[in-house]
Amino acid sequence: MYEIVEKKVWFNEIKEFKIKAPLIAEKQKAGQFVIIRINENGERIPLTIAHKDLDNGTINLLFQEVGKTTMDLGRLNKGDFIMDISGPLGTPTHIERYGIVVCIGGGIGVAPLHPIVRAMKSAGNNVISIIGARTKGILIYEDLMRATSNELLITTDDGSYGRHGFVTDELKNLIDVRKIPINLVVAIGPPIMMKMVCRVTEPYKIKTIVSLNTIMVDGTGMCGACRVSVGGRTRFVCVDGPEFDGHQVDFDEMIQRQRQYLTEEKIAVERCKHK
Amino acid sequence: MTSPNEEEKRPENEKKEKRPKIPRQPMHGQDPAVRIRNFDEVPYGYTDELAKLESSRCIQCKKPFCIEGCPVRIDIPLFIKKIKEGDILEAARVIKRDNCLPAICGRVCPQEDQCEKVCIVGKKEESVAIGRLERYVADYEAKHGRFEMPEMAPKTGRKVAIVGSGPGGLACAGELIKMGHDVTVFEALHKPGGVLVYGIPEFRLPKAIVQREVDYLANLGVKFMMNFVVGKIRTVDELMEKDGYEAIFLANGAGLPIFMNIPGENLNGVYSANEYLTRSNLMKAYKFPDYDTPIKRWKNVAVIGGGNVAMDGVRTARRLGADNAYIIYRRSHNEMPARKEEIEHAEEEGIQFRMLTNPIRILGNKDGWVRGIECIKMELGEPDESGRRRPVPIKGSEFEIEIDAVVMAIGSGSNPLVASTTPDLKVNKWGNIIVDREKTGRTSKKGVFAGGDIVTGAATVILAMGAGRNVAGAINEYLVYKAIGW
Ligand SMILES: Cc1cc2nc3c(=O)[nH]c(=O)nc-3n(C[C@H](O)[C@H](O)[C@H](O)COP(=O)(O)OP(=O)(O)OC[C@H]3O[C@@H](n4cnc5c(N)ncnc54)[C@H](O)[C@@H]3O)c2cc1C
Ligand code: SF4
Ligand code: FES
Repeated sequence: MYEIVEKKVWFNEIKEFKIKAPLIAEKQKAGQFVIIRINENGERIPLTIAHKDLDNGTINLLFQEVGKTTMDLGRLNKGDFIMDISGPLGTPTHIERYGIVVCIGGGIGVAPLHPIVRAMKSAGNNVISIIGARTKGILIYEDLMRATSNELLITTDDGSYGRHGFVTDELKNLIDVRKIPINLVVAIGPPIMMKMVCRVTEPYKIKTIVSLNTIMVDGTGMCGACRVSVGGRTRFVCVDGPEFDGHQVDFDEMIQRQRQYLTEEKIAVERCKHK
Repeated sequence: MTSPNEEEKRPENEKKEKRPKIPRQPMHGQDPAVRIRNFDEVPYGYTDELAKLESSRCIQCKKPFCIEGCPVRIDIPLFIKKIKEGDILEAARVIKRDNCLPAICGRVCPQEDQCEKVCIVGKKEESVAIGRLERYVADYEAKHGRFEMPEMAPKTGRKVAIVGSGPGGLACAGELIKMGHDVTVFEALHKPGGVLVYGIPEFRLPKAIVQREVDYLANLGVKFMMNFVVGKIRTVDELMEKDGYEAIFLANGAGLPIFMNIPGENLNGVYSANEYLTRSNLMKAYKFPDYDTPIKRWKNVAVIGGGNVAMDGVRTARRLGADNAYIIYRRSHNEMPARKEEIEHAEEEGIQFRMLTNPIRILGNKDGWVRGIECIKMELGEPDESGRRRPVPIKGSEFEIEIDAVVMAIGSGSNPLVASTTPDLKVNKWGNIIVDREKTGRTSKKGVFAGGDIVTGAATVILAMGAGRNVAGAINEYLVYKAIGW
């Protein structure tokens, strides 16, 4: 049992928990995730670790209520417990001194991006971050990102804040207009955003790392539910990833595989709403 | 399974003294038409009467072959004798001297390849139903026996870590705790039991039975740490150096799904048996939406393979509502490695067997879902390394089967998570941990032992259980008597 020691509601459906999990906090490295199960009837879902606090032995998990499990999760409060948390899982981000690193986060993808920005910065990189959201109200982690990045750029789809447009517009601007010699791009967000980022960087041969969020069951390489095609080879996101060379990832297949349980998800959400 | 036999009708009490030909007693169970709509256990197990009758078929051999055939050498004639004498609890004690998980092994052991294969009665008629009797004894004990605290050695204060809570890990934990050591089992998943809970379905092995064994160990003082992926949250080295475990038993099983590497395997609707069964068993997806984990209720499902895993997969598919549930196997019926009983149960349940057939391609529709599978017919050629005749494709015999889903049950490799994070641990080319002898389970790393599927490759519950017990003895000698070293 893992206690929720703090709850923050960012926006209606976007919430963040600080959870007591000292052993996981001790081991967590940027890019890693946990698998949680809320209660006895619960399913196992992966969530990336957004933060850790070694002194207090806590980890932060940020999530958006999209399905039954995240809705149930959102109903929990400070002092409640999550039954199972397994982690840290996955291969940590490869951190080294690349030079200029552009970190791009879309939606709640900004949360798991944050530890990577921090680690890249500590390794001596010049980090330019681009964060985007649909609209100003659901933009998260702005202050944290500003504090950890050398430069922060913001976009909103509706133009309510920052540049009117997509994160890719800012990225193109960095490459084409400001002519910044980017050494590495790291992108975390909705699959379509990551796919678009890769499409921008590919012609320039800028190495681009993406973090995939596939369906998972065990998270230890035992079931293969999380498999994706990378460079024509089947890889398991939970152990071989979650980060891969974005130019090698078959995004279309991945997006298709993510949709496998949409019908069931609808049934579960309907039932959940009526509770 | 009983062959129609005239003897069956004779009153048995009259004939008993003259050693009548009593046929092998059947084990009744749910009707196939009923059971394909539920996940309850199929056979009910012997009644007292049937067990007694069956026990009288054993001729109490002076040189019992059955014991030779049993991987852990249970004193089979003795426990059968106790059943005959009506002392079932004593029969349970006899079995438990060598097998700590009889309720499980009685249900899942491939008896027809082990004790029952060599049983002398089997030379002339059907062998004694040793497995069913074992199950009967274990179930009787669970129902009527009282919790007996086994003899416990004085506490030694020595800490032993066990990685994995499958039959290997559980058996080892049970022995070590009785030897007085401080035992903690570390398990990656949220429930202990290994394949017994995530792989083997409820209709074959009720989960309450596994839980009972775990509770028993917890009562003896074994600690269980769930959600603990060794290699991630702690490495083997850290367990030893930081956490003070003096010996480690690696029983992390064969948890790596194998795919065929044919086109179409990443289509929606293709699953490894591990995923399909874990959803259904561990996560209870067959109870969706009461349980949150979803599983698709496909109408036409093909399961590739011919072992126990394949039978479990296909029978699960049938229970989830498949009208057409196929086994596609590249060899012939005789070569299927699954337990005989499972094949028979599958046949009764209307599973369609497509033998000497090999998939070459999975076909998808425009939205990326499975719509069929292309197979090729095979014929048996020369024997291969395994001694079985090698299946070879028949040119031009390709054909398609219309299906919605494919479950791959063609074997399991060894999961590299533990070995890859333990630098001085030697593995063979298949990733199995190398040990000196199965009896001692010493690996290349000081203080680290291994056993079960991670050493042998995917095998059986009884072998993993046996390895766990043997290695416990070796660990004890290492810790206490220093009789085993590196
Ligand atoms: C579907 C299916 C049906 C089967 N049917 C039969 C049958 O009828 N009869 C029979 O005799 N055998 C059967 N088998 C085989 C049998 O179940 C195995 O041989 C046996 O369970 C092996 O036991 P084990 O203790 O070595 O490993 P497992 O039972 O595999 O247990 C290993 C445990 O270790 C855990 N683990 C793995 N990695 C880590 C890690 N890094 N950290 C912590 N924990 C970890 C796993 O989660 C798992 O719980 C079947 C197998 C399957 C999959
Ligand atoms: S071989 Fe068969 S008949 Fe002989 S002791 Fe064993 S079970 Fe009994
Ligand atoms: S989630 Fe099961 S292998 Fe990755």
